[in-house]
Amino acid sequence: MKILTCPLNGPRPVSEFFYWGEVRPMPNPSLASDDEWADYVFNRNGAPGVKKEWWCHTPSNTWFIAERDTEKDVVLKTYFYQGEE
Amino acid sequence: MPWRLLRFALNKKHPEPRMFTFHEKLKSSYDVVIIGAGGHGLAAAYYLAKEHGITNVCVLEKGYIGGGNTGRNTTIIRSNYLTPEGVKFYDESVKLWQDLSTDFDLNLFYANRGHFTLAHTDSALRTMRWRAEVNKHYGVNSEVVGPEVVKEAAPMIDLSCAGHAPILGALYHAPGSVARHDAVAWGYGRGADQRGVEIHQQTEVLGIDVQAGKVKGVKTSRGYISTGKVLCAVAGSTPRILKMVDVKTPLYIHPLQAMVSEPIKPWLDPILVSGSLHVYISQSARGELVMGASLDPYELHGTRSTLDFVEGLSTHMLEMFPFLSGVKVMRQWAGMADMTPDFAPIMGKTPVEGFYLDSGWGTWGFKATPVCGKTMAHTLVNDTPHPLITGFSMDRFRNYALTGEKGAASVGH
Repeated sequence: MKILTCPLNGPRPVSEFFYWGEVRPMPNPSLASDDEWADYVFNRNGAPGVKKEWWCHTPSNTWFIAERDTEKDVVLKTYFYQGEE
Repeated sequence: MPWRLLRFALNKKHPEPRMFTFHEKLKSSYDVVIIGAGGHGLAAAYYLAKEHGITNVCVLEKGYIGGGNTGRNTTIIRSNYLTPEGVKFYDESVKLWQDLSTDFDLNLFYANRGHFTLAHTDSALRTMRWRAEVNKHYGVNSEVVGPEVVKEAAPMIDLSCAGHAPILGALYHAPGSVARHDAVAWGYGRGADQRGVEIHQQTEVLGIDVQAGKVKGVKTSRGYISTGKVLCAVAGSTPRILKMVDVKTPLYIHPLQAMVSEPIKPWLDPILVSGSLHVYISQSARGELVMGASLDPYELHGTRSTLDFVEGLSTHMLEMFPFLSGVKVMRQWAGMADMTPDFAPIMGKTPVEGFYLDSGWGTWGFKATPVCGKTMAHTLVNDTPHPLITGFSMDRFRNYALTGEKGAASVGH
């Protein structure tokens, strides 16, 4: 992957982007048990696959979601966050 | 052509002993199955056979011996870590390294060079002092030195680093060494092989049979094996194996790239590391400059190389050593680093009985090869973690008791 398509600015070199990991729903901090919270804080789905990830186009500070195959390094689509699904 | 060679060429049954025994078939069961024939897996097999007399062991490898991160690292060995757990552990490893060539009867080209971690800022220098004090407390030879010592050890260096990152001092670690990485896997492999361990290359693990929370066997591309103990030592492929046993960890995979230059005359004896410039460099016995930088910026389960990496690393390299501007890059490659949030490994037992983990070796696993093998063999035999690895258990995350090793990562990963 050398070029990533920002939903606002179009295709840009990947060096302009910042990766912020997989999109993960946060459990309610006041209701979650210690184990659930530790699981959310530390554990990751490290296996390869198509993942929804947070990316940021840094010059314009545009946060968006990319669906990317982490084994082939191919981005399937990018779009703005639409709220919890 | 020598007669001996000609005789072999004409003879279909080569009587010359091979480095490793070829096994036609997998047995139906083993006492221990080790996944991954890299340095760590083979070292565990070696110590199981040598120190514990357990030889009904099978090492499974998807590719070839030492073809993963064992053959992709930049071969640096040191023990100047930050936490007491880390220092004690790596120091034991350095001691083991020093006798390995004799142990194996195989030349590992282990060369003691001395290791400088450069400080370009006051805060970096403060961390160096902290590391030096922790090291000295545990009897590890580390000290903070001034820029003049760096200049004396590497006269070609530009101490101002092109004017914008002047070197204020360094952490000097005299035991810092390099070794030939492939030979480490071969030495452990041959030693294990000679003692009866079976190494099966081109054999992929497809699944792990877990019943009532206990390991019962392993499904491979060449058939089913029953076993009660499995050691997973597969670096960047660890999350794939963990998925088979349904164990969750903080491990995430980023590629780590490296490159070597064309061979040039020997001019650099020590190993130099700069966290601020994201550079580490040493000169191999063949004269190539072995160079690395920091992790790639996003998750990827592949070993592709990028031009960005070569450009970035070369830029910083020239700030330190302007005279290298005419030297060509010969090749580059990448490995998949299994990273943890606290930059310490995840070793020992797991919630699945009989499934042991030697992982989270990210960008710092090569130097730990001997001690990992030794401590994991102990852990497998006794079913309790070796005292040196209790700080690296996977429970530490659930208990919010991390082993913060970040200050000692050679480059600011």
